[in-house]
Amino acid sequence: MNTLQLAARNLVRNRRRTLTTLLAMIVGVVAVLIFGGYDRNIRLGLETDFVRGSGHLQIQHRDYFLFGSGNPAAYGIRDYTRLMQTLQADPQLAPLLQVVTPVLDLGGIAGNFAAGVSRTVYGRGVDVVGQNQLKQWNDYRMVGLPQRSVALTGTAPNAAVVGTGVARVLQLCTPLQVKDCPQPLAANEQGRAMPADLAALPVAAPAANLGRVQIELLAARASGAPNVASLQVVKAEQQGVKALDDISVQLHLTQAQQLVYGQDTPQVSAIVLQLRHSSDMPAARARLAQLLQGGSQPLVVQDFATLNPQYGQITGMFAAILGFVAVLIGAIVLFTVGNTMSMAVVERTVEIGTLRALGLRQAGIRRLFVSEGLLLGLGGALLGSLLALGLAWLINHSGLTWLPPGNSERIPLLVRVAGEYGMLLATAVGLIVLSVLSAWWPARRAARLDIVEALRHA
Amino acid sequence: MSAIEVIDLSRHYRLGSVDVPALRGVSLSIAANAFTVLSGPSGSGKSTLLNLLGGLDRPDSGHVVVAGQRLDTLDDNRLSDFRARHIGFVFQHFNLLPVLTARENVEYPLLLAGVAASERRRRAAELLDAVGLADRAANLPGQLSGGQRQRVAIARALALRPALVLADEPTANLDSHTGAAIIALMRDMQRQYQTCFVFSSHDAQLLAAADHAVLLRDGQLQAPAAVKEAA
Repeated sequence: MNTLQLAARNLVRNRRRTLTTLLAMIVGVVAVLIFGGYDRNIRLGLETDFVRGSGHLQIQHRDYFLFGSGNPAAYGIRDYTRLMQTLQADPQLAPLLQVVTPVLDLGGIAGNFAAGVSRTVYGRGVDVVGQNQLKQWNDYRMVGLPQRSVALTGTAPNAAVVGTGVARVLQLCTPLQVKDCPQPLAANEQGRAMPADLAALPVAAPAANLGRVQIELLAARASGAPNVASLQVVKAEQQGVKALDDISVQLHLTQAQQLVYGQDTPQVSAIVLQLRHSSDMPAARARLAQLLQGGSQPLVVQDFATLNPQYGQITGMFAAILGFVAVLIGAIVLFTVGNTMSMAVVERTVEIGTLRALGLRQAGIRRLFVSEGLLLGLGGALLGSLLALGLAWLINHSGLTWLPPGNSERIPLLVRVAGEYGMLLATAVGLIVLSVLSAWWPARRAARLDIVEALRHA
Repeated sequence: MSAIEVIDLSRHYRLGSVDVPALRGVSLSIAANAFTVLSGPSGSGKSTLLNLLGGLDRPDSGHVVVAGQRLDTLDDNRLSDFRARHIGFVFQHFNLLPVLTARENVEYPLLLAGVAASERRRRAAELLDAVGLADRAANLPGQLSGGQRQRVAIARALALRPALVLADEPTANLDSHTGAAIIALMRDMQRQYQTCFVFSSHDAQLLAAADHAVLLRDGQLQAPAAVKEAA
């Protein structure tokens, strides 16, 4: 009969109270684990989304991230092909890499001159093969990810994909079959007028001719001179965020380079690096820093969290909510177990006096009550974890979906509890520690009871 | 030869702002291997003296020597260890641990003393057999009668063969027939285990069975009397 066995029997002796306390702990554990699993899924889902879109790391000109949006062409990476080859051939870095692909960003004005409308846009020139490779990444085995290739796949060199907002403003909804695309009530006469010099720029036939959807993209060349490309719009894609949806134009890298650099040596805005595993980021960054050091260009490495500040904002918000929930539940557990132990001390005052009379030290009394708290914590953690696993399985198989902020498509509502050993362990340990702490004060009070008074207790 | 020496022992309690003397300068010797009863009316200081003899309470002045050890020199841990090793207790309300079986209750002092499991079981079985409860070893206290519980308590008090067994009104919660049986058992066990039994009691049967009686009144010792006189 050791202390733990005695503690277990004392808990069983007050079945109803023990079960009530356990129930409070189980509900708490389930709430924390389910919300934690949801938070975990959001976090990994966001990471997956960003990594599939823009890689883990990007090599950019030192000032591109802060100043590049004003004039992307001015911060290009020269001789990028050789740099990419160097990275892919590096014996330390190569095993970590999954995809290395360049992108070129540009600012410009897109016009549908047939309709007499134009708007400023932010274009991105991409390598279709590289982009499709990026879309294969699913290190966290996320469910419900879109499996289709990028819309530019297999298209003509002058093809483009625009945001639905761009299509709407350029009045291309009908030919691009964009749903829910209202027409403006009345166009401003002044706004409709296209300057004659711009209207004269396109050489090709206007949009909708020959059954094709065509726009003209005017951009500044790196040298400062204007250049125009006639693009065939193959699709309008919802970008999730309106601000982006209203300006997005995606085109082939070679087309973008032709537009920005003309006959000059082409450059890119960034080299996108996707790693096999996110956990390799520190090692990859360290090696990249070595490889880029002393180069002829001032290049830096940015990670996906820096490039996409909303990642930190969203995960931070969820972490704060989870923290709040955990603190709230922790407080409930603290008071529930503390109350249970305090009642036990009062009810077992004579027993405490007897144990002390028989020679049990104060520390032995403390150990006994703390052990009861420990067993309650262990039981609550175990049962709560099992219930959370079962509930998570039910939720994951219920077919529920949701539309995350910034997404254009609904995704399955999932909670990641199974396999999240860190979260399960942290929750269990947290609960056990809280339970032991809750029992500590009543245990201390029990240990310090006056023996004679305790034996006299009615 | 004395098992206990009590030297000029005083103990006061405070009831609000009132100082209540429970014991006033009591000095006495209690013989080893004897059956000694502390007697006196309610409030005479019997239980207070018993608590001080057992190291459950500390005196305001004076001291107690049990088995050659001055109890006032021991800190709480050492005093606990001393109680575990040298003093057995029998309580008026039996005070068995309700979640332990009869055998486990008897084993408990042995567990505190660090006795090996096999030896604990052997000694507990032997003691339960000695108090006539061998067939009740697996019963919880709630499944035993008052007399049986007190038998288990006596077995528990003797588990470590202590120098001293203190019993506070051990028959007060028993009917006279059961009380007589318990007194006979304790007397028998005292002789068998060669230990010193000290009781506080009003029970005439117990006084009649005692070797020595210590009479207390108003916290002071009355003249020690022979058993027959006290009875």
